[in-house]
Amino acid sequence: MDIILQPWPWYISGPLIAFVLFLFFYFGKSFGVSTNLETMCTIAGAGKVSDYFKKDWKERDWSLVFLLGLIIGGFIAINYLSATTNIDLSSKTVQELADLGFTNAGTSFVPNEIFSIENMFTLKGFSILSIAGILIGFGTRYAGGCTSGHAITGLSSLQLPSLVAVIGFFIGGLVMTWVLFPLIFG
Amino acid sequence: MKNIKFLVIGVFFGIIMTKSEAISWYRIYEMFKFQSFHMYGIIGSAVAISMIFMYFFKNGAIKDYLGNKINVKDKKKGFIRTLVGGTIFGLGWALAGACPAPIFVLIGHSIFPIIIVLLGAMLGAFIYGLLSKKLPN
Repeated sequence: MDIILQPWPWYISGPLIAFVLFLFFYFGKSFGVSTNLETMCTIAGAGKVSDYFKKDWKERDWSLVFLLGLIIGGFIAINYLSATTNIDLSSKTVQELADLGFTNAGTSFVPNEIFSIENMFTLKGFSILSIAGILIGFGTRYAGGCTSGHAITGLSSLQLPSLVAVIGFFIGGLVMTWVLFPLIFG
Repeated sequence: MKNIKFLVIGVFFGIIMTKSEAISWYRIYEMFKFQSFHMYGIIGSAVAISMIFMYFFKNGAIKDYLGNKINVKDKKKGFIRTLVGGTIFGLGWALAGACPAPIFVLIGHSIFPIIIVLLGAMLGAFIYGLLSKKLPN
């Protein structure tokens, strides 16, 4: 049991993710999460504004059920399957983040400096969360996939567009962490 | 009720995402700073094992639950859309420390400010839908 309660090493987690991909294809679907953002727009009534969202969302109800499972899985894992919420970060990461103003890096899954309730109601805090979301939603739909659809499914099936997309993921991620973080948080 | 299997897969994936720490903002920062092998090991081994599955899907050795051949859909082509879209997503991935699946897992962790990220992501997808015909592919 203790093995389950401790964080799982990458060589356990990675193959399990591949097994999840297998389950999707075995049950006749493909593995991808970001299309759901469009489905949720359709449910929220976006079809009234744009024909792009005039789709029958019930054809993708199985995927929304999957999202519900993610929430439940997260709840179970954090409340019943975790002996610790400490993240074993490299000491260099912890030091760098401290210099950027992130105290106690790695003692929880996400930093209080971004994800505390108080922070959510400040202009800067709200802007960071909402702009990050808009970038994620717009970018994944324009690129045609996110980490699951492009990086895992697309790369493993040797699709060139996915390699281009993953290169893009890294260009964006590197610019954000190396160039923009010191400006935003420094 | 036929969808219950996807609920179970979701629960399973939510647990994996938590236990792997792939939903941790800190792990994403560390990855983009090249300060740990952890995330590269997760994504790299997931892709490597998935390749083996893909091989058996293509040659028909593994069929779906109805006994049909498994076809992997081709991704939409277009250099600009994948590169520019990918870069925009990358900016958001690093800032929020979460891609779409982890957003939902973090709701299960009772990290409620992530709901702002989710609403933003829906807005972003909505903006894309409005502009999709005008954007270069």
